[in-house]
Amino acid sequence: MVEERLDVMPVAALKARAKNLRRHVLRMAEVAGQGYVGQGLDIADLLAVLYFHEMRYDPNRLDWPDRDRFVLSIGHYSIGLYAALAEAGVFPLDELDTYGKDGSRLEMSGSEATPGFEITGGSLGHGLSQAVGMALGLRLDGRQARIFNLLSDGELQEGATWEAAMAGAHYRLDNLFCFIDCNSQQADGPPQQIMGIEPVQAKWKAFGWQAQRINGNDITAILAAIDTAKAAKGRPHAIVLDTVMGKGVPLFEQREKNHFIRVDAGEWAIARAQLEAGE
Amino acid sequence: MTTCRQTSPPKGVTGTLLSSDTTRASAVTAAPFGHALVAAAERNPRIVGLTADLGKYTDIHVFAERFPERFFQIGMAEQNLIGVAAGLARTGFIPFATTYCVFAARRAYDFIAIGAALGKANVKIIAGLPGLTTGYGGTHQGIEDLALMRSIPNLVVLDPCDATEIAQAVAAIADYDGPVYMRLLRGQVPVVLDPARYQFELGRAKRLREGADVALISTGLMTGRALEAAALLEMQGIQASVLHVSTLKPFDREAVLSLVGRVPKVVTAENHVITGGLASAVADAVTDASVPIRLKRIGIPDCFCESGSLPYLAERYHMQAEDIAAAAWELLE
Repeated sequence: MVEERLDVMPVAALKARAKNLRRHVLRMAEVAGQGYVGQGLDIADLLAVLYFHEMRYDPNRLDWPDRDRFVLSIGHYSIGLYAALAEAGVFPLDELDTYGKDGSRLEMSGSEATPGFEITGGSLGHGLSQAVGMALGLRLDGRQARIFNLLSDGELQEGATWEAAMAGAHYRLDNLFCFIDCNSQQADGPPQQIMGIEPVQAKWKAFGWQAQRINGNDITAILAAIDTAKAAKGRPHAIVLDTVMGKGVPLFEQREKNHFIRVDAGEWAIARAQLEAGE
Repeated sequence: MTTCRQTSPPKGVTGTLLSSDTTRASAVTAAPFGHALVAAAERNPRIVGLTADLGKYTDIHVFAERFPERFFQIGMAEQNLIGVAAGLARTGFIPFATTYCVFAARRAYDFIAIGAALGKANVKIIAGLPGLTTGYGGTHQGIEDLALMRSIPNLVVLDPCDATEIAQAVAAIADYDGPVYMRLLRGQVPVVLDPARYQFELGRAKRLREGADVALISTGLMTGRALEAAALLEMQGIQASVLHVSTLKPFDREAVLSLVGRVPKVVTAENHVITGGLASAVADAVTDASVPIRLKRIGIPDCFCESGSLPYLAERYHMQAEDIAAAAWELLE
């Protein structure tokens, strides 16, 4: 945030933010009785780093032209972004209780109708193209703002992602940071069974991107990777995140086929207790 | 109704790649879209241009030469073309993205619907080779794009008829804040409308000719042929109105209803399949308003078309002025 950007924000504080985001994710999923809780939990560490450390933006001025932009390509991860936006004060925490409900602006697969959403993702393969366009536009205007795009591992099967990857490298968009969440679950199962995507890091490198691969649930590693990326000029940056679906709640981490987790009513209390008991 | 298969021998050669059909044009203008875009961009620094490896073939090379720093070559990647354009729009630019109708409509449809239209991103999609304006066959002839584009919410859909209207429409859509799909006539483009007298208005159909016997309602390049048909009919003592509908969406129902309420014998003419385009829009309007009319539809039948020279294709698929006049006669008999 513009006033609060804390370059020296301790890792412990970011971990506390990530835990808050996970609390919000569980809150939404419990009220809705369902939802993309596994994804919301697995991406909380990245969103904590971006929204409470790295990104320059103002929750009270969402159309600020010089803001850094978070571009969510994977619409079903909206539960995670709602958590971050509510935590940042873009909308009230109480609104999280409307997640997925009729008439709510917090849709199960989010859209730009929600404040703080830069695009409508969810038709997978759109995000990186629009991120490239935004990065070009910001550069053409001479603005220092940056684009932080989030893709999923399954989304690498969409050809349009690679059209955009080619363009990002062709135009040397070093204001473009692309995170690829590799949680090894897509709708029909693990990507290596559905349509192999590895070697992911080597693919991005071959497309002309600076590419790193880290533990995406390690806040220290995320911070270091972003710093490494920022130091590299003349190329866009890919940071491949190996994450665990349902991270922070062992009940969900261990559940099989957890692309869309179904949770029994009695399990939410266990999930909450497990989250609080964790680090 | 026209048929897909007939046995008449081929005539002429495959149409030249870079030009519109100027067979009967008394005047032409070169690359009206490219020059109009340059003129608009001289006034408005937010206008940028993009293409998917068809700069020379969609006349946007004129803009690229004048404003190289505001031009983005995207390569052969139409989905990315629209996505990048949407991203540029979201940073406050006014992107004009060019490709062919077939590639925009068939390959990039999801990107137009979700990337551009859903959030009303200020993207202008300029699509060449509408209908039978290329000698290539089904791969390149954009025969169903209007039907597809008309069904996307928020999207403005245009099919200008000539160089005069293209120039005016480019200025108008640059000023309009929202997504637009415009069909493009490229290269040497006929001048049908007098630039001193014609005034394009987004969303408005224009009465080009008055006549009480039959109403010809046309869009795109078929308007030139409708005017020719009206002249042919006049020589036979028949007075035809010609209503030119360059904005297919939003559709100017009032203009159509006020005409067909008085002149209920109607021929539609479009450079597009006869379902889902102009004829369907007219049928929707009269059905909703309970206005009884008799309707003949001139356009491409339900088939992929042959390759061939443009005059051959117009004759082959009954898209000539004479076909429009003959349809009018059928209504009058």
